[in-house]
Amino acid sequence: MSGGAAGAPKPLPSSGPKSLREMPHPLATSSSEEMGPALTPSPDLLQPRSIADKDLSLPNGTPVDTSSPASSSSLLNRLQLDDDLDGETRDLFVTVDDPKKHVCTMETYITYRVTTKTTRAEFDLPEYSVRRRYQDFDWLRNKLEESQPTHLIPPLPEKFVVKGVVDRFSEEFVETRRKALDKFLKRITDHPVLSFNEHFNVFLTAKDLNTYKKQGMALLSKMGESVKYVTGGYKLRSRPLEFAAIGEYLDTFSLKLGTIDRIAQRIIKEQLEYLVELREYGPVYSTWGGLEVELAEPLEGVSACIGNCCTALEELSEDMTEDFLPVLREYILYSDSMKNVLKKRDQVQAEYEAKLEAVALKKEDRPKVPTDVEKCQDRVECFNADLKADMERWQNNKRQDFRQLLMGMADKNIQYYEKCLTAWESIIPLLQDKPETK
Amino acid sequence: MESAEAETSDSRSEEDGAVPGSGFPPPEQPVAAAATMEDCLAKKMEITISEAEKRTGRNAVNMQETYTAYLIETRAVESQSEGQCAPVDSLWRRYSEFELLRNYLSVTYPHIVVPPLPEKRADFVWHKLSADNMDPDFVERRRIGLENFLLRVASHPVLCQDKIFYSFLTQESGWKEMVNETGFQLKADSRLKALNATFRVKNPDKRFTELKHYSDELQSVISHLLRVRARVADRLYGVYKVHGNYGRVFSEWSAIEKEMGDGLQSAGHHMDVYAASIDDILEEEEHYADQLKEYLFYAEALRAVCRKHELMQYDLEMAAQDLTSKKQQCEELATGTVRTFSLKGMTSKLFGQETPEQREAKIKVLEEQIQEGEEQLKSKNLEGRDFVKSAWADIERFKEQKNHDLKEALISYAVMQISMCKKGIQVWTNAKECFSKM
Repeated sequence: MSGGAAGAPKPLPSSGPKSLREMPHPLATSSSEEMGPALTPSPDLLQPRSIADKDLSLPNGTPVDTSSPASSSSLLNRLQLDDDLDGETRDLFVTVDDPKKHVCTMETYITYRVTTKTTRAEFDLPEYSVRRRYQDFDWLRNKLEESQPTHLIPPLPEKFVVKGVVDRFSEEFVETRRKALDKFLKRITDHPVLSFNEHFNVFLTAKDLNTYKKQGMALLSKMGESVKYVTGGYKLRSRPLEFAAIGEYLDTFSLKLGTIDRIAQRIIKEQLEYLVELREYGPVYSTWGGLEVELAEPLEGVSACIGNCCTALEELSEDMTEDFLPVLREYILYSDSMKNVLKKRDQVQAEYEAKLEAVALKKEDRPKVPTDVEKCQDRVECFNADLKADMERWQNNKRQDFRQLLMGMADKNIQYYEKCLTAWESIIPLLQDKPETK
Repeated sequence: MESAEAETSDSRSEEDGAVPGSGFPPPEQPVAAAATMEDCLAKKMEITISEAEKRTGRNAVNMQETYTAYLIETRAVESQSEGQCAPVDSLWRRYSEFELLRNYLSVTYPHIVVPPLPEKRADFVWHKLSADNMDPDFVERRRIGLENFLLRVASHPVLCQDKIFYSFLTQESGWKEMVNETGFQLKADSRLKALNATFRVKNPDKRFTELKHYSDELQSVISHLLRVRARVADRLYGVYKVHGNYGRVFSEWSAIEKEMGDGLQSAGHHMDVYAASIDDILEEEEHYADQLKEYLFYAEALRAVCRKHELMQYDLEMAAQDLTSKKQQCEELATGTVRTFSLKGMTSKLFGQETPEQREAKIKVLEEQIQEGEEQLKSKNLEGRDFVKSAWADIERFKEQKNHDLKEALISYAVMQISMCKKGIQVWTNAKECFSKM
């Protein structure tokens, strides 16, 4: 497998049809025709083949177009599977676990074990286990972004950590990061296009990722150019309504999530301060118990009960810190990734519009629209289709994730109150236990 | 206990006697045992403070002042004829009159742990409550506290029979003059004397020393407890109120969501409910704080009894010392020997011996004084024993009351916590229900 510029599209044609090959799922094919028009614009259904044929001749050599047919059509597939058959067609399972600290003379870092189990033909073995560090994940994400610019690439947890504020090697930090990395790979694994990406395959299987990384350097510089070329100077006339809506949605969404993140952090802070007071409060009853004879036991009971409530509260804040906040953060980053893809889409459209304008100026040549412009139009349409599909996937994931996240938050709070309730109920008999009741 | 009561009533026999007023039959004999729980005033009369009113008036130096007056309502309870209702008597008293009453009681009954008044100024309160004297919440809580004080006195076996107390309840005008006529202020111990006693008592009663120590510690532990509880309440308030922000942001967020919208919106409503629920919870908890506060002040009352015992002991020791020195003088004169070097011895040596007649006369005077002193000592001893007996009886009564009350207070506190937990579980279960529909 070579990562050279010329070779880049080579593995991808196989990945495109591959996911198409998944389509002959009895349920998928039969119902896709009924659902099709409602879910995706009909051109998308027609386009795949024609574009797949054309894409090899695209000047940029980017796999942009190659991937689009797979994504837009297998989206249909997925959408139906999501409801009933989720999981059944899964043939790739990736987990991140077992973080290990490496101390070298130069640096100290953490590696995570990435285990892959698969039945896919792209993999030589059914099972792989490699160790990767954060840098490698970062490399993978960059590669994905380069090679699949029309797709929404899931975010990595933030790289930047304020030194001193967070201990990078603390158990909690490593565990939080491990979960986020695991989520990152799972999101790629679940993606009908990204999961077939060559770099992803290498990331999961290569014994020595570094040699592969070096090979890729040449490609990187070329890709950089192509991105620049796209970016250069075109202004978008008007964003299509639906993408403008997505943009607006993302702005509000990330704003609201930011607020929720701040509220959640504030709650955790308030809870910790409450905990500090509560920890002082309980022992006062104990001290008092030491002064009393008949009241000693009830007062000790109250003290122990408050102690139990402290433990429950501590667990609640920990759960919120470790499970709730990271998911919020992921979605904040996720919406940033989404915004990036939107921007790229705008650029592609701008390029197309500019070319169209140029053609319009030379009205004499009207009957013959240059192929170059046609290709550009195709690119825009593919991009739109990919983006819409990803956005829909994302919306769907988001709904499920937040449903789970918020239900989890409610559950954790219910559990907290239940623990306190049990503690307080258990001391009632202790308080009532008095023989000389009048 | 009975014997102690007999002695106490004996000592204040001149105060017994016919008490004016309808529903209150006078004690049958002056020497009768103090009221048992069944025939104390509280059982014969319903006492309530039904109203508090802000008033403006002129004080002794003709300055404008604002104060709160409390309406005391009393009604005789006729145990025989249940159908009939005795008319309600009512009169207004202000806080300073309650203070006067309590001063009178504690001076007149030094061996009794006199129930304390509620605080003059709000203290140890959770921040949201105002510390203003005229604050309606504070006035209301003080009304309850004052009513409680009256009921405590009315159900105290000894105090309930006090004439001044009875007229406090039933006789609006001239009451102050009546109190002052008792001359109780003359009996009040000066601070200096009390301080002296504390440092100079040679043979303190171990039981009272321990009790004093206990009341010191009780006071410090309860005030610590109240302080921490107020902080705990503050923090808890914060935790709940920050959740209210979820209410707003969920509702704003729901506006941009399709499927998730309804669930978020209604979950936001539950978060509002959650945030609002803390006000009632903490207001209810203030009642618990008031119960603890009563015992904080009771600790002071307990210490007052110890101090009075110290004073008595001090008097006794002083009398005994005086007697010893007189006896010694007398012996010296009789035998003509000066055992210890004294100024008297020196003068007699310098200015020559007294005549036998002079000496005889002196001895005679001294002997008279000694006899007087011995009788005094005897009576002081007797008085002291009586004091200890009756004080101890009341302390035992107090301890029983305290154990009972505090257990009740702890139970009601636990019940409050239980209801708070149940409310929490309810709200979060409702919220979870909404989240699950997303």
